[in-house]
Amino acid sequence: MADTVSGQIVNLLAAFLLLVAFAMLSQRRVLSLVRLFAWQGAALAASTLVVAYTTAQPHLYISAAITIGLKVIFIPWALHRLIDRLDVRWDVETLINIPTTMLAGIALVIFAFALATPISQMAGTLTRSTLGIALACVLLSFLMMIVRRKAIPQVIGFLALENGLFFAATSATYGMPLVVELGVALDVLVGTFIFGIFFFHIREQFESLDIRHMEKLKED
Amino acid sequence: MEILPVLGIPLLGGVLLGLVGHKRWAPELNAFMSFATLAAAAALTARVIASGPVTALEEQFFVDPFNVFLVALTAFVGFTTSLFSRPYMRTEEHDGRLSAGRLRLYHSMYQLFSFTMLLTLLTNNVGIMWVAMEGATLSTVLLVSLYRTPASLEAAWKYFILCSVGIAQALFGTILLYFAAEKVLGPGGTALLWTHLHEVRGELEPTVVSLAFVFLLVGYGTKVGLVPLHNWLPDAHAEGPTPVSAVLSGLLLNVALYAVVRSKVLVDGALETGFSGNLMMGFGLVSVVVAAFFLSRQKDIKRMFAYSSVEHMGIMTFAFGMGGPVAAFAGLLHMTVHSLTKSAIFFTVGHAAHATGTQNMDSIRGLMRQSPTIGWGLAIGTLAILGMPPFGVFTSEFMVLTTAMHEHSWATPFLLVALGVAFAAVFGKVQPMVFGEPTARPLPHPPALVPVFVHLAIVLMLGLYIPPYLVDWYRQAAALIG
Repeated sequence: MADTVSGQIVNLLAAFLLLVAFAMLSQRRVLSLVRLFAWQGAALAASTLVVAYTTAQPHLYISAAITIGLKVIFIPWALHRLIDRLDVRWDVETLINIPTTMLAGIALVIFAFALATPISQMAGTLTRSTLGIALACVLLSFLMMIVRRKAIPQVIGFLALENGLFFAATSATYGMPLVVELGVALDVLVGTFIFGIFFFHIREQFESLDIRHMEKLKED
Repeated sequence: MEILPVLGIPLLGGVLLGLVGHKRWAPELNAFMSFATLAAAAALTARVIASGPVTALEEQFFVDPFNVFLVALTAFVGFTTSLFSRPYMRTEEHDGRLSAGRLRLYHSMYQLFSFTMLLTLLTNNVGIMWVAMEGATLSTVLLVSLYRTPASLEAAWKYFILCSVGIAQALFGTILLYFAAEKVLGPGGTALLWTHLHEVRGELEPTVVSLAFVFLLVGYGTKVGLVPLHNWLPDAHAEGPTPVSAVLSGLLLNVALYAVVRSKVLVDGALETGFSGNLMMGFGLVSVVVAAFFLSRQKDIKRMFAYSSVEHMGIMTFAFGMGGPVAAFAGLLHMTVHSLTKSAIFFTVGHAAHATGTQNMDSIRGLMRQSPTIGWGLAIGTLAILGMPPFGVFTSEFMVLTTAMHEHSWATPFLLVALGVAFAAVFGKVQPMVFGEPTARPLPHPPALVPVFVHLAIVLMLGLYIPPYLVDWYRQAAALIG
């Protein structure tokens, strides 16, 4: 009985994750994007905790702790600080064609489910129906990185992509071995630092974080 | 236990140079650390040749003839590049393009980059292989943007975003692989160890594994520079410092291809169809053809040789895709000779660009008269990379072509046309740079040309005569992956 209840909770959190991914796709304010990213991390950590509790996998508790520490607290805090120091707090991005983007997003979700169905039927885990959602989150983050024109939202898209991948790992396999998860977390951390350094360099050179200025290198 | 120094020395070097990398003698320390890594790699190689594959530290590390050969190559080119980087970076500092702080960053990251590549090669855990591969991106991204010019920042941003996104797909592929393996090996650490996966590869679920391979190929293929995922490569090569271009082309692309080939071996065992091979042949062929046609449109010398790297990585991917002992042998030989030749070319290109103050090929003229050694180095290197006999590139390309004629004759005309187009494009551009009226100035620091001619001499030797122990070594490696 406990299994079905926790299965329901994980499904609910998966749905929340997908909802947040769509919200991020259409969110124009940078600060709200950071907040949404933190919520996504929280949902991810909560679902990892539920799986850890139900299946008694101790290493998943550590994985959940890393997610909370890194993706709910540290990275959003660091992004806030960066946004303050770069003084882009009130930046609003003009996103054209939100409806089209949303439609494309829906198509991606359908595609993700079609791709994941044969695999999730094989998964014996309690969370198998969520693999499709994880893949959908990954693809939606891709879409977000493609349609965004500013550096910070692109990076948030990349971090959301990582969230989707972690969710795929917990939902399909009860998480990767701990040493691998630690390594991935380290890469994400170092990557965030480098992104941060980059923002300042880009700003210094182009006086804006708009990556439209960075389309000079191409074949002519 | 010979593995630990191979990884420990560059890691220590990274920390050490992070502290003292701005000192006057830092380039020498960098070269010394690279030399120590090479010595450790040589000891490891001797051990593996003498007593066969070894594992270490509870099977977390694994060495067989395939990866030990790449370890030796990586350590060797890493060392020669550090020799080249001494006068190159001194000239950059002399010309005021780089400050002491940037040099510290450069030296530290150079060592850490060696560390991540060696870790990718030596680890037995496909998850750690991913982590190390991403680490290789992270450690080079700040090197690509070292000059902080608008163009270099753009190149680095593109490199960072494209490679991170690409490699995220490889992580998804790794998760799928783990998912398939867990069914057979049970949850926990061993299900990601390559040696264990290799043992049970026949039992892995075919649908999952084939999907995993698509993600792994696209993910690591981004780093190999396969068309159409190659966009970051010419920019990163052209805008970063030349020693970085040399190690990117000569080493990083090989290491990424190594990850693809390791995945292919598992997938072939699970599927027993030509699925993975066909996919690789397709990507390889497209890369060769597209890159060959892009070569003639380049104006920047480093961009042109970057496209040439895409072309050669395509040839290797095609060779490994065909599979079989001869093609795999040719692929391994091509990895070696391309790595040596391309890094030698980048060394001469770096000096030539310093001497003439530009990377624009229209403004580089008469290298031969100003500095015969740079001129000859570029001329010989170009002939070698274009596959002229008697250089080693000819041997490996000839083997790839003859195997293709036997087994996949439809592909031969594409390959021949691409090689012909590449020859015409590159030769036509290099010839006036080497001869003609000089535009060069004398260099403030004497150029490091010993590495250039050592590399080219090895490539020449491999074209004329491959020592029996090397043949044996390649055969063993080819048997593992064929």
